Amino acid sequence: MDVREKVGRRGAKLFKDGMLVNLGIGMPDELLNYIPAGINLHLQTENGAIGFGPSPEQGYEDPDLTDAGDMPVTMLPGGCYFDSATSFALIRGGHVDATVLGVLEVDEQGNLANYMVPGKMVPGMGGAMDLAIGAKMVVAVTVHCNNAGAPKILKRCKLPLTARGQVNWILSELALIEVTKEGLVLREIAPDTTVEEVQSKTEATLIIPPEGVKTMEY
Amino acid sequence: MAKVITSDEAAALVNNGDTILVGGFMAIGTPETIIDALVRKNIQDLTLICNDTALPDRGVGKLVVNRQLKKLLASHVGTNKETGRQMAAGELDVELNPQGTLVERIRAGGVGLGGFYTPTGVGTAVAEGKESRVFNDREMILETPLRGRVAFLRAFIGDTHGNLRYRGTARNFNLVMAFAADIVIAEVDNLIDFMDPEEVVTPGVLVDYIVRSGR
Repeated sequence: MDVREKVGRRGAKLFKDGMLVNLGIGMPDELLNYIPAGINLHLQTENGAIGFGPSPEQGYEDPDLTDAGDMPVTMLPGGCYFDSATSFALIRGGHVDATVLGVLEVDEQGNLANYMVPGKMVPGMGGAMDLAIGAKMVVAVTVHCNNAGAPKILKRCKLPLTARGQVNWILSELALIEVTKEGLVLREIAPDTTVEEVQSKTEATLIIPPEGVKTMEY
Repeated sequence: MAKVITSDEAAALVNNGDTILVGGFMAIGTPETIIDALVRKNIQDLTLICNDTALPDRGVGKLVVNRQLKKLLASHVGTNKETGRQMAAGELDVELNPQGTLVERIRAGGVGLGGFYTPTGVGTAVAEGKESRVFNDREMILETPLRGRVAFLRAFIGDTHGNLRYRGTARNFNLVMAFAADIVIAEVDNLIDFMDPEEVVTPGVLVDYIVRSGR
């Protein structure tokens, strides 16, 4: 299993049947491939739809039907369209049960930075700030360390924040971490790692809960 | 009744220095025929309000590439490298807004509201310099309304009364922008005499001109 599959498989189990879910572009999308049987989600795309289904077959793309990543999608029976004000009324208004967002940096206070690197990458926040503020459950998915091997789970984010104190769960290929008022609680680790290794690759101090750290199941 | 005009006549209604609103999300729901006319007329120093700048050869991306913009208000520009280049070079003034904030600012501008308080952006660069208040134990920042001189929309069906109906995810920002400009011009894929009132999404009284889509 590669990193994306590990994160996708474990992340998909965080959902409950019937949830309204909005997934960010990139690694968050991966979770869709592993939704457990019996879990039916309402998928929102912030450009204005709930209930989209799989990608269309080549040649059957609808020019007026894409997801927020500009990819052609299909609609499932029961789906609906709406305008952007309604879309963000759903998001900001707390009607979205869960969002999964990518990470540049995340920290022990649940702060998330994922939309810009000053001087290098300034694409804009799109809907990420609204999603982080509005969704009932915010899951930050990430590779545990960046390409240079440096931790992405920090004591304090250094990059400009997407949202302050909104992340509930941090999921990487190594660990599932719950953000609490006391700090980051290590709930699960991957079968091929140890608590010590996870801590050594995490800048923030991880709290080991009294009930112990479980081994991740995929 | 909305007046049916050509895309060139629509472009002629825009002046150098105008603030324009253009519907669309990654150019889905953007009136491409009108954008092409704005490029041909090469109107300059525009302030553009649009969700994103699409791709260099799509939607309002073409206005960026043709260097017709002075200022841009958007939520995302990462898909158009030319926007990023002009922004980094100091040639284009870009104000990034969270998408939900951007659409609500346009809505406020169109529906007669003086602004609104939102939790989005609290504790981030977006909140800098903005008034902040606590409502129900939650910190929120004040966001102000946006309006433009001309709004350009795209709809799937329009009728001669200006009523509009959209298709798929092409509705996006078009709905609120119909309220938020002095002149509203809708490009329609299909023009009919009159629509079933039950199917109207944007009331025709908001729409001044109709342009038939080239596609």
